[in-house]
Amino acid sequence: MTAATEVRARLRRAPAGWLVVANKEFGDHVTSIRFVVLLLILAAAIAPPLYFAAGTIRDLAPQASGQPAVFLALFTLSSQDIPILRFDVFVGLLAPLLGIAFGFDAVNVERTEGTLPRLVAQPIHRDDVINGKFAAGLTTIALMLGALTLLVAGFGIFRLGIVPSMSEVVRLLVWYLLTIGYVGFWLAFAMLLSVALRRAAASALIAFGVWFFFMVFWSLVATLAATILAPATTASPEQALGNLQLEQTISRLSPATLYQEASLVLLNPVAGTANVSVPGSLGEYIQAQQQISSLHTLDQSLLIVWPQVVILIAMTVIAFAASYVLFMRQEVRA
Amino acid sequence: MAKVTAKRTDRQRAAAATRERDARAAYRPGEEPVIRTRGLTKRYGTLTAVDRLDLDIYEGEIFGLLGPNGAGKTTTVLMLLGLSEPSGGEARVLGLDPTRDPLEVKRKVGYLPDSVGFYDDMTGRQNLRYTAYLNGMTRAEADERITVLLEQVGLTEVADRKAGTYSRGMLQRLGIADALVKSPEVLVLDEPTIAIDPIGVAELLELIRGMVKEHRLTVLLSSHLLEQVQHICDRVGIFCAGRLMASGTVAELMGAPTDGSVTLEVGVEGDPTLALEAVRALDGVTAVEPDEGQPGVLVVRAGRDLRNEVVAELTRRGLPISHLVLRRAGLEAVYRRYIQECEERSGGRTESAA
Repeated sequence: MTAATEVRARLRRAPAGWLVVANKEFGDHVTSIRFVVLLLILAAAIAPPLYFAAGTIRDLAPQASGQPAVFLALFTLSSQDIPILRFDVFVGLLAPLLGIAFGFDAVNVERTEGTLPRLVAQPIHRDDVINGKFAAGLTTIALMLGALTLLVAGFGIFRLGIVPSMSEVVRLLVWYLLTIGYVGFWLAFAMLLSVALRRAAASALIAFGVWFFFMVFWSLVATLAATILAPATTASPEQALGNLQLEQTISRLSPATLYQEASLVLLNPVAGTANVSVPGSLGEYIQAQQQISSLHTLDQSLLIVWPQVVILIAMTVIAFAASYVLFMRQEVRA
Repeated sequence: MAKVTAKRTDRQRAAAATRERDARAAYRPGEEPVIRTRGLTKRYGTLTAVDRLDLDIYEGEIFGLLGPNGAGKTTTVLMLLGLSEPSGGEARVLGLDPTRDPLEVKRKVGYLPDSVGFYDDMTGRQNLRYTAYLNGMTRAEADERITVLLEQVGLTEVADRKAGTYSRGMLQRLGIADALVKSPEVLVLDEPTIAIDPIGVAELLELIRGMVKEHRLTVLLSSHLLEQVQHICDRVGIFCAGRLMASGTVAELMGAPTDGSVTLEVGVEGDPTLALEAVRALDGVTAVEPDEGQPGVLVVRAGRDLRNEVVAELTRRGLPISHLVLRRAGLEAVYRRYIQECEERSGGRTESAA
């Protein structure tokens, strides 16, 4: 047997190192308590918006029949009284928790438990550890989000009797991929913290802090910064516009804003990012659809949110690359 | 971006692997050392953790790397496994360069890390299975090998209990099984006896010796407890502040006092004071004193081996001798002297070299 065939035989026989790592990590994730708890929390969180959306749709069912994209309204309609109670908003708010939960202790726990030297002493590349863990986390997240999305879709089909059209299914699928990508950013970010910080508690705390900051305070920061940098004191249209534009630009530095805009456009064929006004009722929703002669096709919607998607992907890649480089340079020993 | 980097390094590694295959053809087992380092150096900033280390470990031997905590033992081990990049010098393990071809080295070297850890919520068997999969073994191969190994390290009974419930000694034994899962040619054990009670240590070392014979391994074992490991080591190296102070068999290290002085133990019958006077008068004797605790025994210190002279003198004076022993310096004392010497030279730098 020549050396070449020997190597080839070994390659064929041995599965890639990252796959072995991913397999083990995935098994750990889905049997962990945190998986069950997060699933319950998410299910509980989407129940109220789903309830209100379903109620609204049912009340206006006669009016709604025959309208395009009613099925997707299930995901984007809010309660009339509490506009924040929307499925897509809730997912945008809570899905990052999944990324954080499956990433914040990825590497530092291996370190504190003393399993890291043993792991990297096996014949795998060191990046297999990071890649495998990221893949396992993302798969787990995709599984959970998929289950929730299908749950809502199934609820709509069976309880309300609204059947999605093909284009709606495709839109939902694209939105699902977008959401996975968005949570992927948070996963990569949490993993970066798990590489950089030796203690899991510290990394969890910082991850949650950043999440909370972006979800709650970032819009305030954007408003404040815009008011200071481009004050609209004389109320001239130019100034007001400049102020608004600056505020929007700053708020778009947050991955949450990017996701929220992209998500809305993908789920709502009417919306463009410039008017992110949300239809409050199904009536408005239908009205809006009727006003515009033709709805956005999927590729038009995608074109609108393309910048958002690209920036989200870029953010994910940067976070992942940073954790990758950091991990490759770190000493195995604490 | 990350992907591109990964691909490029993969290609570089493949190229390195090709070079290493050529190098391996030149490596002849049995003739060359299994582990060989020349001028191996590791610096962290201004601190030199390992300083121009030359080490040769031959096939089939158990080599003990002894030194105080922070001497650079773990750093050396990590460099040999390709887990840490040397700042200078070179290392060869089975003829392979660990820096350029870490995968091939890690395929052939079993490693028990310092204070080894396992996944608490997996059983001992599952932990070993993970290692087996990482080494590219199939489920069937893995299970067969793991069952045998668990039996050998005496963990069969607890194999299906969560590793989180294991005692330190059990974890250490599981660690040895873990290092052997891949059927290595070389075994590297970093502080295998740490945090284990004395009886456990004896059992563990016996286990290691048994496994080494069973699996025909070359072993590098590091420890800061010389007394514990000297019995199973064929050769030891005394390592301090990143430098190898001395190396050789235990007997060689003990029997080689630096200035040639010896200590004799002389048992005399009759009046010990007469004998004491007689021996003191001999040329070359530096000190004579009665042994504390043993009546009728004299301890003689001399600049050279005076056994014949002592016997002749006492016989001439008609003082019967019950026994005469050349006292060797205790290994512990030898060890301590080397460490002291090195600490004086480096000015207490060893403490910070952790």
